[in-house]
Amino acid sequence: MHQVEIATTQETLLDSPEMVLNMGPQHPSTHGVLRVVLKLDGETVIDLDCDIGYLHRGMEKIAENRQYPMIAPYWDRLDYIAAVSNGLVWVETVEQVMGLDVPARAHYLRTILTELNRIASHLLWLATHALDIGAVTVLLWALREREEILKIFERQFGARLTCHAWRIGGMTNDAYDDFDVDVRRFVNNFPKRLDEYETVLSENRIWLSRTVGIGVISAEDAVAIGLSGPALRGSGLAWDVRKSRPYAAYADMDFDIPVGENGDTFDRYLVRLEEMRQSRRIIQQAIDGLPDGPVSAKLPKVVKPPAGDYYHSIEAPKGEIGCYLVSDGSAHPYRVRVRPPSFVNLQALRQMCIGHLVADVVAIIGTLDIVLGEIDR
Amino acid sequence: MNACPLFLAPLNFIDSLLVKLGLAPETINYVVWPLIQIGVVVTVVAVWVAYGTYLERKISAFMQARLGPMRVGPWGLLQPIADGLKLLTKEDFIPEKADRWIFFFAPYIAVAAAFIVFSVIPFGPDWAVITDVNIGLLLVISVSSVGVLALILAGWSSNSKYSLLGGLRSSAQMVSYEVSMGLALIGGLMFARTLSLSGIVTGQASDSIWYVLYQPAGFLIFLISGIAENNRAPFDLPEAESELVAGFHTEYSGFRWSLFFMAEYAAMVVVSAIATTLYLGGWYFPFVYKLEAAGLHNAYVIVSALVFLIKLSVVLYLYFWLRWTLPRFRYDQLMDIGWKWLIPAALINIVFTAFSVFVVQALDAGQVLKTIEDTSHGLNLTGAGKIVMIVMGIVGLLLTGGLLSLVNWRSRDFNLKSQRRNIRLVSVPSGVSAVNSTKPATAPNEV
Repeated sequence: MHQVEIATTQETLLDSPEMVLNMGPQHPSTHGVLRVVLKLDGETVIDLDCDIGYLHRGMEKIAENRQYPMIAPYWDRLDYIAAVSNGLVWVETVEQVMGLDVPARAHYLRTILTELNRIASHLLWLATHALDIGAVTVLLWALREREEILKIFERQFGARLTCHAWRIGGMTNDAYDDFDVDVRRFVNNFPKRLDEYETVLSENRIWLSRTVGIGVISAEDAVAIGLSGPALRGSGLAWDVRKSRPYAAYADMDFDIPVGENGDTFDRYLVRLEEMRQSRRIIQQAIDGLPDGPVSAKLPKVVKPPAGDYYHSIEAPKGEIGCYLVSDGSAHPYRVRVRPPSFVNLQALRQMCIGHLVADVVAIIGTLDIVLGEIDR
Repeated sequence: MNACPLFLAPLNFIDSLLVKLGLAPETINYVVWPLIQIGVVVTVVAVWVAYGTYLERKISAFMQARLGPMRVGPWGLLQPIADGLKLLTKEDFIPEKADRWIFFFAPYIAVAAAFIVFSVIPFGPDWAVITDVNIGLLLVISVSSVGVLALILAGWSSNSKYSLLGGLRSSAQMVSYEVSMGLALIGGLMFARTLSLSGIVTGQASDSIWYVLYQPAGFLIFLISGIAENNRAPFDLPEAESELVAGFHTEYSGFRWSLFFMAEYAAMVVVSAIATTLYLGGWYFPFVYKLEAAGLHNAYVIVSALVFLIKLSVVLYLYFWLRWTLPRFRYDQLMDIGWKWLIPAALINIVFTAFSVFVVQALDAGQVLKTIEDTSHGLNLTGAGKIVMIVMGIVGLLLTGGLLSLVNWRSRDFNLKSQRRNIRLVSVPSGVSAVNSTKPATAPNEV
């Protein structure tokens, strides 16, 4: 365990000894097995430390002993809530290293399905974030919409959560027969549902008082820590890998980047809600412009990327997920390192929490949208 | 007991049986019947509490697009019984480091405090109330505040940090909200002119009015403080499961936990009952007295008791509704609401109600307007007096709201709506098309 710093900037009331509260790893709202050691003065947090590693499975080491196509399912287990996005970063890295010519239809399908996955992930974030702040009903409403997406995944990939969605070079199967219908139905119904959440939360005084001005992080600090995804955009920086280094079919899509102002929990909440709307826009465009053709590139019998160091990243729902690959030219990677957005975003927790109350720690963990499978790998 | 329909025959039968057994009439009237009443009330409340949980689960389920309990019995109707059995037969677990005796007794204090109050609640006229104490309302407030003790003891004796925080929160919360709750009641008492709960209902019945019309502000303050006093959402901080795991009852399980659970629901019923009694006319409902006039006394009592239960359920539904709609307040915000809003509001309400009662009396004494009918059962007003008082009530509500907004308009939490922002949408030109491009990944340092 890391040692919580003894020296503090804030003097405690009546010189009483501070209380050290151990939050987690078994705690309902640390989103998995995160352990947070809090030093409290009454209910005010004066210091905190995160203890991670309870879910360490050695993914990166396992990858060194697997052939390239075998690694993709492991990547689903990093951020199991956004398995489709995570799978994509691996196959795209290998494809780009190999210089494979992935067909346009595969790119478009990837765009549709990763955006659906982004919505699913954001819905789960909304559900748990609202639950942490005490709004229970939103949880079940959001899960109801997520269910529709998971049904599409089930029909397309045969699995709901850890889909093993992609293969190096494209996809195993073309879209199923009613794919178009299902996606369009979801796209048409979704905005109404999203407005419902806004009615319950955005206009709610209690929600506002729990989120406005909580867990503020400035743009400079956000960049210094290396935040990415909605956590960074909430602080006012319009940075999105889908725009800056477009992958899949994003270069053909017309969408905007929602950007917050104050970098507080409420801004991040709004940014994520708007991102869901933008994702819907992307899906709409992609399904309208879905080209015909094959869905997989021609692949050699054994995937052997040329020797070298490579880095490729995509915009996962939680932020920039990157894959650093060292290849020695064999069928196994020499070393793989994942840049997990949750891990980097979690580093902001201490800065965001100090001075707030215990109840806010829960809200801030929620707003960072962390997944422990990705942090511990 | 006079002529009564067939279904009330057992009551008369028991009465005659007791006489036949050779018991003195005093014993029957002051010992046996009260014991029967207590038995009935405890049973009814216990069942009510059990089915309160069922109702809450069903209502929350319908709000959340699901079905709720469906498996045990038809529509899951036996679910509360199954839950009760499960909890009763669980291991009675006491943590090793806990303060055993306090840990042992805390749940009993909670349940006792919640159930004792039912002894003075007027479920209906005549025999539908166990005892009518002339300081009934005072007794309710004082006994229910003992419930705080149970929470503090439970939080302390568990020897767990979460429990301790929960206990601290609950003590602060319940102490603060009891103040505004007690102050809110005073307004209504100015009309009832008695602390006896039956007297309050009689006052409303003889005046054919609900005091909520005279006291809209007082009713709102009482309801909000009552919800906070019961530790229910959005004020459920002492047991906020997302922060403090389960608050003061984190370490409790099985039977002892179910006692706390029962106490919570019983306390909810108590507050709803007080709100019904003081503001919603209790068992009084127009035209029900005609049953009494027709000589059906027992039917009158039973219909009145049903009216009371229905009104109580409506208030109780409000609890469920709020719980499944609103997020939870934070500890400091809760204190803000208690001390910056509710207590000043209750004080303003007292002063203004006193002023309006004075106005009505002055109008009557100055013979400007005949407002007061008589004062034998509280303050009975004439039609004109009622209108004056209702208008004053609405003015009081607006005045209280206006004054407090004036005082609090600078505070951060007051201006949240104006602080609500919209986010910007930035349109960034996209990079090179990635579709069909075979651009290799960026290679920082090729080997």
